[in-house]
Amino acid sequence: MQRFPCPFCGPRDEREFHFAGEAGKIRPTPSAAQSDTDWATYLYEAQNPRGPSREIWVHTPCQEYFIMTRDTVSMEVLGTEQLRKETL
Amino acid sequence: MLLGSVVYITYLDASPLIVPHWQDHMTNKYSAFSLFRESLRGHKGWQPAWRSPKPQAEYDVVIIGGGGQGLATAYYLAKNNGIKRVAVLEKGWLGGGNTGRNTTTIRSNYFHPESVALYEFSLNLYENLSRELNYNVMFSQRGLMTLIHSEPDLEMANRTVNAMQLNGIDATIISRAEVQKRAPVLNFRDDARYPIHGAVWQGRAGTARHDAVAWGYARAADRLGVDIIQNCEVTGLLTEGGICKGVETNQGTIRAARVGSAVAGNSSVVADMAGYKLPIQSYALQAFVSEPLKPIMNTVALSPATGTYFCQSDKGGVVIGGALDRVPSYGQRGNLPMQEDVLSGLLEMAPALANVKLLRHWAGIVDVTPDSSPVIGPTPLPGFFLNGGWGTGGFKAIPAGGTIFAHLLATGTHHEISQPFDPSRFTSGRLVDEGAASGIAH
Repeated sequence: MQRFPCPFCGPRDEREFHFAGEAGKIRPTPSAAQSDTDWATYLYEAQNPRGPSREIWVHTPCQEYFIMTRDTVSMEVLGTEQLRKETL
Repeated sequence: MLLGSVVYITYLDASPLIVPHWQDHMTNKYSAFSLFRESLRGHKGWQPAWRSPKPQAEYDVVIIGGGGQGLATAYYLAKNNGIKRVAVLEKGWLGGGNTGRNTTTIRSNYFHPESVALYEFSLNLYENLSRELNYNVMFSQRGLMTLIHSEPDLEMANRTVNAMQLNGIDATIISRAEVQKRAPVLNFRDDARYPIHGAVWQGRAGTARHDAVAWGYARAADRLGVDIIQNCEVTGLLTEGGICKGVETNQGTIRAARVGSAVAGNSSVVADMAGYKLPIQSYALQAFVSEPLKPIMNTVALSPATGTYFCQSDKGGVVIGGALDRVPSYGQRGNLPMQEDVLSGLLEMAPALANVKLLRHWAGIVDVTPDSSPVIGPTPLPGFFLNGGWGTGGFKAIPAGGTIFAHLLATGTHHEISQPFDPSRFTSGRLVDEGAASGIAH
């Protein structure tokens, strides 16, 4: 089994992680100004890169969502980032 | 009688490199007679199954991808549409992608009329394919059973079968006793986690030899003048004035009036060359083959509860497939979590196989759309057309996909069967959602 690094729990078994989607998609503000094409782009179109890919993942035991950059050919993990903003 | 019959000659066909010894007595047509004649003269008269030409400077149509879909498209372009200046460009070897990696199941038991029109058309073409191509694709209509494990399963099965019968598909529900008669190796124990109460049965479904489908189409297309160019990787598209005019490859520029993409597992990569995005996510799909066994299973069984399905090949290997990997991937190899899921599903379905050893396991990359239906049609780049997004079910659709994509490339407009699968459905909202409707592993 491969190990993925949770930014909060450290390296854990890959089966504890769930792929949630590509990073960087922004949901259009619901309004009449959004065209069908805008919604279709948001809902369906995918970057689907061959190589480095920036993705949102969740570590299911701790329920933290975070960004993981991964090579989709070699499966190598290139880095993780927090999505959580630091609270003061 | 023997002259027209199709015989087991795939092992001979497997070597396109056999050099003909007597040029004036070369064997072109495969038949029992030609096999007999060649056996008398040391098999020296077999011709290469296809040529290996250098690419010409220009074609009417260039097809990217020499898998089943691409080769079938080239064959039907030449045969149905009369377009013979066609090249198929393959970056590796023929059928070296998903066509040679799948679990060879062919069926048409879908829910929506649009899907049934497509897959039933394909099944009908498969039924006569060996004769049409003069190549034994070993299509064996051994039937497919989707198991029913509970009362809710039975209600869903009734709904599915009703829909299929309304669509004219040969689907029925068979009883537990009938399942046991057809597949005694399945788990009929009292303590089964997923007891078998019956199954949805499509008797005309079956399996075919996947390599033979690629080789048969390649040989038949080559006969009609199609250039099949292997080891030719497309590195970019040639555009002039915003119109696609050909492709850039590692063997130079090849111009074409129309370019078609039939690259399962790389549709998004080729779309990037054309400068647009697709509603596709690529995943690995794993499969497994066991050591050869005596005949124990003469049909295909699928368990919706475990996602696993299996059949037995003519060589005796148990061929096992399951659901998609959970993680997008372009790495054509298996991984342990999914292996565990699929094989534990197999052992639930057929505990007798617990001590059987696996011979190989592998993965192909499949392009999955949000509605689990293919994307076929023109693209934002004029002159460039797409046939992709078949998910895990492209093999069964090869003859139909080839026919409708050839029609699209020849005329620039949709065949009536491919119209519902135009990419515009994602904007209009008219999805053909087979993933949700029939709930079958695609």
